[in-house]
Amino acid sequence: MAERTLTVASAHGLHARPASLFVQAVANSGLTVELTKGDKTINAASILGVISLGINHNDEITLTAEGENADEVLDQLAEIITTDQDA
Amino acid sequence: MTPSLSGVGIGRGLAIGEILRMPDPLPEPSDAASTTTPDAEKVRAAGSLAATAADIRLRGDRAGGAAKDVLEAQAFMAEDPTLKDDVDKRIEGGKTAERAVYEAFAAFRDLLLSMGGYMGERATDLNDVSQRVVAHLQGVAAPGVPTPDHPFILVARDLAPADTALLDLDKVLALITSDGGPTSHTAILAREKSIVAVVGVTGALALADGQTVIVDAITGAVTVDPSDAERAAVQTTLADRAAAKDVPVGPGALADGTLVPLLANLGTVDKLAEAVEKGAEGVGLFRTEFLFLDADKAPTFDEQKAKYSALFAAFPGKKVVVRALDAGADKPLHFLNDEPEENPALGLRGLRALRANEPILRDQLRAIATAAAEKEADAWVMAPMVSTVEETRYFTHLAKELGVKTAGVMIEVPAAALLADRILADSDFASIGTNDLTQYTLAADRLLGSVASFQDPWHPAVLRLVGEVGKAGAALGKPVGICGEAAADPLLAVVLVGLGATSLSMSPAALADVRAELARFTLEQAQKFAELALSANSAVEARVAVLDAATPNTQSPTESEK
Repeated sequence: MAERTLTVASAHGLHARPASLFVQAVANSGLTVELTKGDKTINAASILGVISLGINHNDEITLTAEGENADEVLDQLAEIITTDQDA
Repeated sequence: MTPSLSGVGIGRGLAIGEILRMPDPLPEPSDAASTTTPDAEKVRAAGSLAATAADIRLRGDRAGGAAKDVLEAQAFMAEDPTLKDDVDKRIEGGKTAERAVYEAFAAFRDLLLSMGGYMGERATDLNDVSQRVVAHLQGVAAPGVPTPDHPFILVARDLAPADTALLDLDKVLALITSDGGPTSHTAILAREKSIVAVVGVTGALALADGQTVIVDAITGAVTVDPSDAERAAVQTTLADRAAAKDVPVGPGALADGTLVPLLANLGTVDKLAEAVEKGAEGVGLFRTEFLFLDADKAPTFDEQKAKYSALFAAFPGKKVVVRALDAGADKPLHFLNDEPEENPALGLRGLRALRANEPILRDQLRAIATAAAEKEADAWVMAPMVSTVEETRYFTHLAKELGVKTAGVMIEVPAAALLADRILADSDFASIGTNDLTQYTLAADRLLGSVASFQDPWHPAVLRLVGEVGKAGAALGKPVGICGEAAADPLLAVVLVGLGATSLSMSPAALADVRAELARFTLEQAQKFAELALSANSAVEARVAVLDAATPNTQSPTESEK
């Protein structure tokens, strides 16, 4: 199992557009990716799950995935999370 | 008397016309037990969810821009795997597909509403997707914007992105919503597309199709069934505004000839041509950080010098004010400050971050000074977010040492505004950043939708601080510029000049309106407006007081109808 703990860079957090970009990347990966903030874990392909976690700028989140190219997928997703998509 | 409703105006538009209401939403699907098998209901639900996602995406592609991003997010909501699981679970409990979809979206909507603020405003998106899926299941038309063949003013509870995206801008004169705040989609898209809009109007839903209203975004007033005099006044104002747009491009000046140079706010060298075309007399704020946001390390001297040379070459002999790298709460630069902070807006940002990384600041100042000397540009350099006299001295001394001819500071912190007389003694000029000054004066995070109503530069407390800087500038003979959203609001621009601003910098798109407004008034009038605004109790009062004074020929409806 691959895992990454990241700090969210987008100024408005993981809402609206950054959330769409992220969810799209998860869906395209074909893997089941889980996102954890605090004590809550959701399916990262669920935009409603992502939005309802209320993920803000500078929040720390953890991504986990299983599968053959899990590390590669998480690296791509980490790139999205740690880039300011609102800039 | 003429009844008048009020809400939050978006922008400065004015419109008069007949109302059309958004059709009422679909009735809630009945909770009768399904008459078919759960598997059959699941297939129906899956088909309609997918079809709705595809339809929303198509609308997004047609709309483009910010609307496309919003609609893309909505399409993902229709495709959401967690939602689909919830729908299937409800169907297994004996619900119809319609009812299961309705309940599943409602559960998420309530969750978002309970979170309030920005999240709460996203609830409208969910309601819209839910309605569209249910309509598809029932084989009825999706609720949406009416499309008559005559111009109209649209009244709605709140508009979903799918609605606003396809608005026919030639037909929609204005938008009125009963719900939604200044950060709702209706407000965001109205701003982007320059649609006249007033949001959050209590009582708007009681308006009937065919009623005539006047929508004034400046005051946030909706005048219902206006009198003949009120109708005539609106037509006159609209004609005046249309004529004012034709004022030829030239130097910014008041009616008495007092010059007020109008400059451009720029973040990239790509926008230079547009700024020159719109008549910018120079650059009042060049935000250097946007050149380097993608970088994970500090840009080199040579990389920077090349970019500044291109900038100076576009404005030969003209004033170009370059702001040193500004790592802010809303635009972090990892090579300047990578420490997580509890309150980034109050943290190690602006000049504070540069000072902690002095080699980066030195490189930048040298690059600007070298490029300026080569291009013989009138380059001014200023430090962002300066709080103290000591910081002012630090920056201006360092800049001069490295060859910068004109060094100044930005006034964004109330402490700096209050001590402007001492700060300007050590600085060649000051430039007031009204966005941050408003945020710090009213203690309201400018990125937070739930406190967005505090972010109003018309607030007399903000204006008083601007006035302090203006007075200090006049006493010491130092220029005081404004670079912030406030300068782009034409009437507020006049007030700022009255408070002592000697130049105004704004996004190029705003130059024409501001130039036209400045030409209407003398310096004496501008100073009178400033006094009126300063003596008001609130941003709204200040705006109304100045607006009344600025339109002497038309009686204000709010006064005459009492």
